[in-house]
Amino acid sequence: MTGLKAPNDPKSSPSIAANHSGGVTSVMEGSMAVAQAVKACRPAVISAYPITPQTHIVEFLAQMVADGELKTQYVRVDSEFSAASVIGGASATGVRAYTASSSQGLLLMTEVIYYLAGTRLPVVITGANRGVSAPISLQPEHQDSQSLRDSGIIQIYVESAQEAYDAHIQAFKIAEDHRVLLPVMICMDGYILTHVFETVTTFNQAAIDNFLPPYDPLHYLSPERPMTFGTIADENNALEFHYLLQEAMQNAKKVIEEVAQNYGNTFGYYHGGLIDCYKTDDAEVILVAMGSTVSTLREAVDLLRLEGIKVGLVKVRCFRPFPDEELCQAVKGASAVAVLDRALSMGSQGILAVEVKAALYNAPHRPLVLGELAGYGGREVTLEVARTIVERARQALESGIVTPLVDFVGLKPEILDSTRLGNGI
Amino acid sequence: MESRYGNVLFSPGHRACPGCGASLAVRTILLATGPDVIVVTATGCVETFTSPYPYSSWGVPWLHPLFENAGAVATGVELALKAKGLSEKVKVIIIGGDGGTLDIGMGSLSGMFERGNDVLYVCYDNEAYMNTGVQRSSATPVGAATTTTPTGRASWGKDVPKKNLAAIALAHDIPYVATASIGYPKDLVRKVKKAMEIRGPKYLDVHSPCPIGWGFDPDRTIEIAKLAIQTGLVPLYETGYGQTLKARRIGKVKPVDEYLRLQSRFRHLFERGDKEHIAAIQAIADENITRYGL
Repeated sequence: MTGLKAPNDPKSSPSIAANHSGGVTSVMEGSMAVAQAVKACRPAVISAYPITPQTHIVEFLAQMVADGELKTQYVRVDSEFSAASVIGGASATGVRAYTASSSQGLLLMTEVIYYLAGTRLPVVITGANRGVSAPISLQPEHQDSQSLRDSGIIQIYVESAQEAYDAHIQAFKIAEDHRVLLPVMICMDGYILTHVFETVTTFNQAAIDNFLPPYDPLHYLSPERPMTFGTIADENNALEFHYLLQEAMQNAKKVIEEVAQNYGNTFGYYHGGLIDCYKTDDAEVILVAMGSTVSTLREAVDLLRLEGIKVGLVKVRCFRPFPDEELCQAVKGASAVAVLDRALSMGSQGILAVEVKAALYNAPHRPLVLGELAGYGGREVTLEVARTIVERARQALESGIVTPLVDFVGLKPEILDSTRLGNGI
Repeated sequence: MESRYGNVLFSPGHRACPGCGASLAVRTILLATGPDVIVVTATGCVETFTSPYPYSSWGVPWLHPLFENAGAVATGVELALKAKGLSEKVKVIIIGGDGGTLDIGMGSLSGMFERGNDVLYVCYDNEAYMNTGVQRSSATPVGAATTTTPTGRASWGKDVPKKNLAAIALAHDIPYVATASIGYPKDLVRKVKKAMEIRGPKYLDVHSPCPIGWGFDPDRTIEIAKLAIQTGLVPLYETGYGQTLKARRIGKVKPVDEYLRLQSRFRHLFERGDKEHIAAIQAIADENITRYGL
């Protein structure tokens, strides 16, 4: 690891710190890990609307409410648009609020998410990542959440069920920090993380309460002190509103790192702050990825290093705010960077690849950057895929040429057959 | 922002047009509710003219979310009050225009009715999208010219009748549904007060003439509002789940052309001597009188 080490390197010995906080380790579904975390955060309001692959999360929460284990106002709404709107109204009234969605649901929420950010409402939303129609697909892509990148919502991408649990507890603390006051989305790959069964260590309520005190709102709706929310701002004032939002995003960089470190110190799990680096110090080729792909790539890095290939990995954990400085620092020694994207800005490039290139443009050292669509369309990212990508990076280094700009990894060759231009009859 | 007018719940000096019916509606409603409310306002005229940053006319806590989600946002406010143990003390009101209510916000509103949230929804009905420049909404009455239903050789204005949202609200079996008019402020105050006493979702449609959009002199707002009622075109009534509908009797009914003639949105009917369509509008009023027992 470079730079962003948690004190005491808790990753190597989670059980020690975990014991102090009443950690219990068991095998559970990723969605259950999220539901357990959300329950422990004591949101006053939860809104729920079904969409695959997010649905298990709100189903588990509904059962907790039905069993009397979770005291919250749980509301079944008429759409994702309403799901996001309900938590906005609740947050404006000064309470903690949560919802979850995927794919079309996140896109339907888009207008509300801009509103939540602009009105500085610190809600937490789980984005169970899934492709966007058409064609309709249930498989994991980042196209849904990354389409929200310009809205002002903080986005953290997790790589395991454990991180999903930990990140949700961190999310409320980040969102509600008075230096931030922004909505936070925890993004987790659909199925690969929402439906996987993994060992997850959860912590007791007292320990979570201690880490995450009750929400202390700065501004909220109350007849005792009437305030106006959601005013109309003209050309004399709108720019300043936007500036303040951008400033809050910049503040969030520090807060996200702080909260991740504190969580690591308290509970023994640190998954990175803005980024996490793996064997990057001497790496010639560095892979950059987000989400569940990262855990596959860790293994790929180990295997390729056994073969003598100097490869490393940067996990972009926080996509908004984008960790441009941290990323430049992390890849400064590398000759080539291969970005694995689960999303494509149609007509342009992989969304993460564009961000990485923009971050590196003014850096004193600029490695070659390859844009690899891997996992896009929900196609599996295997160790073999990782090997292919590293090989392409090494070829690019030899030739000095990066082509194509957008590499559809694993594309069926028959799609290139020009006879498809007919109507097929 | 806090009100600079102490306990004035709706301050003057806002940017409504002269003769604005909607601003009268808001002032009258808040007179009836008192200060212990949180108001959610859908995007529209009221939102725009009351909250140009850094000013606010609101002496009550007020939230403007989006155009189409007031019902859901108010649900969140109500649930938060419940979670805080304040739901007996503080009530939630939505104030939305007809576009935000009958058109784009209808899904969110229907959801709120179905869930049974303790919220009073007030629609200030000025019968078109006035904030964007008088475009037709589903509340625009048949025959009215708007900028998206202009008259011309092939058009006599909007060619379908007004959506009956009060009936749709009632179909949700909610405890209170009423219509009111800024022309009858005592009736409006009474209905708001009554609604505030009832737990659950309530719907109140307040007919609110718009001098700009309808084309009449600003000093005639109340006169026009009264004529809409006196002709039977807008029925005033209250009802609710399991209740008999109670209508306000008109007394001496006036012919619809007395109402239509004063508004330039209907001018083409008279200029063209379009007796057929005037008769069709008269038939709507006659039907209302029979149907609601006006």
